[in-house]
Amino acid sequence: MTPTSTFGVNTMLSSKHFFLLPALLTLIAIIVFPLLFTIRVSFSSWDVFQSGLDYIGGKNYGRVLEDERFWQSLGRLSLLSSISVCLQYTLGFALALAVWKQVRGGRVLRVLFLIPMMTTPVVMSVIWRTVFHESLGPANDILGMFGFGAVPWLSSATGAFISVLIVEVWQWTPFMFLLLLAGLVSLPREPYLAAAIDGAGTLRTFWQVTFPLMAPITIGALIIRLIEASKIMDTVYVLTSGGPGTATETSSYYIYIRGLRDFQIGYSAALSLVYLVIMIVSLTVIAKLLLRLLVGKVG
Amino acid sequence: MNKFYHILKTLFLFSWSLFVVFPFLWALTTSFKDANAITSGATYIPWVDYEPSTQGWTSLFTTGSQGINIVGPFIDSAAVTLIASLVSLLLGTLAAYGLSRFEYRLGFVKNADITFFFISQRIMPPIVLAIPFFLMLKELGALDTIFGLVLVYVALLLPIAVWVMTDFFAGIPKELDEMAMTDGCSPIGAFFRVILPNSVPGLVVAGMFCLIFGWNDFFFAFTLTFTETQLLPVSIVSLNSSVTPWWSLSAFALISVAPLACVAVIVERYMSRGTMSGAIR
Repeated sequence: MTPTSTFGVNTMLSSKHFFLLPALLTLIAIIVFPLLFTIRVSFSSWDVFQSGLDYIGGKNYGRVLEDERFWQSLGRLSLLSSISVCLQYTLGFALALAVWKQVRGGRVLRVLFLIPMMTTPVVMSVIWRTVFHESLGPANDILGMFGFGAVPWLSSATGAFISVLIVEVWQWTPFMFLLLLAGLVSLPREPYLAAAIDGAGTLRTFWQVTFPLMAPITIGALIIRLIEASKIMDTVYVLTSGGPGTATETSSYYIYIRGLRDFQIGYSAALSLVYLVIMIVSLTVIAKLLLRLLVGKVG
Repeated sequence: MNKFYHILKTLFLFSWSLFVVFPFLWALTTSFKDANAITSGATYIPWVDYEPSTQGWTSLFTTGSQGINIVGPFIDSAAVTLIASLVSLLLGTLAAYGLSRFEYRLGFVKNADITFFFISQRIMPPIVLAIPFFLMLKELGALDTIFGLVLVYVALLLPIAVWVMTDFFAGIPKELDEMAMTDGCSPIGAFFRVILPNSVPGLVVAGMFCLIFGWNDFFFAFTLTFTETQLLPVSIVSLNSSVTPWWSLSAFALISVAPLACVAVIVERYMSRGTMSGAIR
């Protein structure tokens, strides 16, 4: 089907590059070079006292291996992102199912449910911080109305972790809702007719028709959210500053402290590369597992 | 059984709606309080619980030591987001069209690999790039400028534009291009005259995602600008660390999330028409 017949091969070639090259070169210039630079920096001892690219071999990487605070932040990040993404998925799917068929005020509800993902995470975190304020905030005030005692939201380790979780679920459930509802809207009708003829109930229809049909979107949505969740740092920075102590410190935030606050450029470059590699490997593994688990079930 | 479901569903929708609007309502009521009303504990209804004051809102538009100027950051934020989104959309659309219509080959690298290269940039944690970006912009003299931020944001948004548009073009039949080309259009002419006008739904979806991610970014604005250029998220965080004037803080927050909250209306329209589903797979 090549339309080369009307045009010379040269025109085709040049226009082909006209389309792709600007974007490709831009991305290479803005991302690949900095990345290569980071790799080079990670082999240097660049810090407050010594700025420049000397070569110290793999010393920084050795230090990463022994850095307990980093590995703890990674564990915390996995816990935080897996719990929050699961909650977002479950709630988002439930919401999408609830407004999928006609409900009264459906359009208003859909718009309303989308709004949190449109809001700036740090800006909303600033508001959430006032909500969770122990003596002046409404969270404890409302709990008090129901007879519960004051919860140390941001000053205890568990409280701070749950606060971050609540904000993440509030912010990103809409994203799951958006993807899953878009998927539901485009589902074919025939399987549902068949299920209705078989006399399948609501629950059975869901498990045997809707859920399998939604498997590809489920995988996509979970992966996208896991990727975004693994970068979490804005919310943590504003809400808890990683505290109390290091109770809510995620990897990104820890690397930020080492790099741009303590100015240990070389070491933080090594940290960030290790972090990047771990992210890529674990997300690939998770994607493969999800594919086998969900699509394997269908086929 | 059905009745039970119905009640459960209504209850669920109701409580979730409450959860969604709660922080906004809280910010709204807080923005009309003064220091007294805030330190006396959590109160909700103006005139009943406290005497409303408008200082939270007026302080945003007064300059000087008493005021917090929101106008400057708002303009900066809008400029950076709009320019970066437009550039990413332009470059991304061209690339996505190229990838969907021509065959590229560089050694073992083929179209699918190039597409993956674009999209995979979303995995990159911002922190990995923060330090080289800082040094790169310093070298260019672009630290603390709108230009510098636009440059960085294009890298951030381009993958999104390519991703959405590749899927969109895959759904546009190739016969459309061929028809234009047999009518004497060059490939580039065919793109601009025939394909682009037919791509408005895809462009809207892609543009929207660019706007969302651009407007809402905090990290790069935070690490790459200081005083000359200040975006909304950065200024609100610097407010947060000072004495915490909750009233201005809340008013500020409401103004800075308002523009994109309106975007939700557009998203809903496209979603219910089913245009979105193509963009997702």
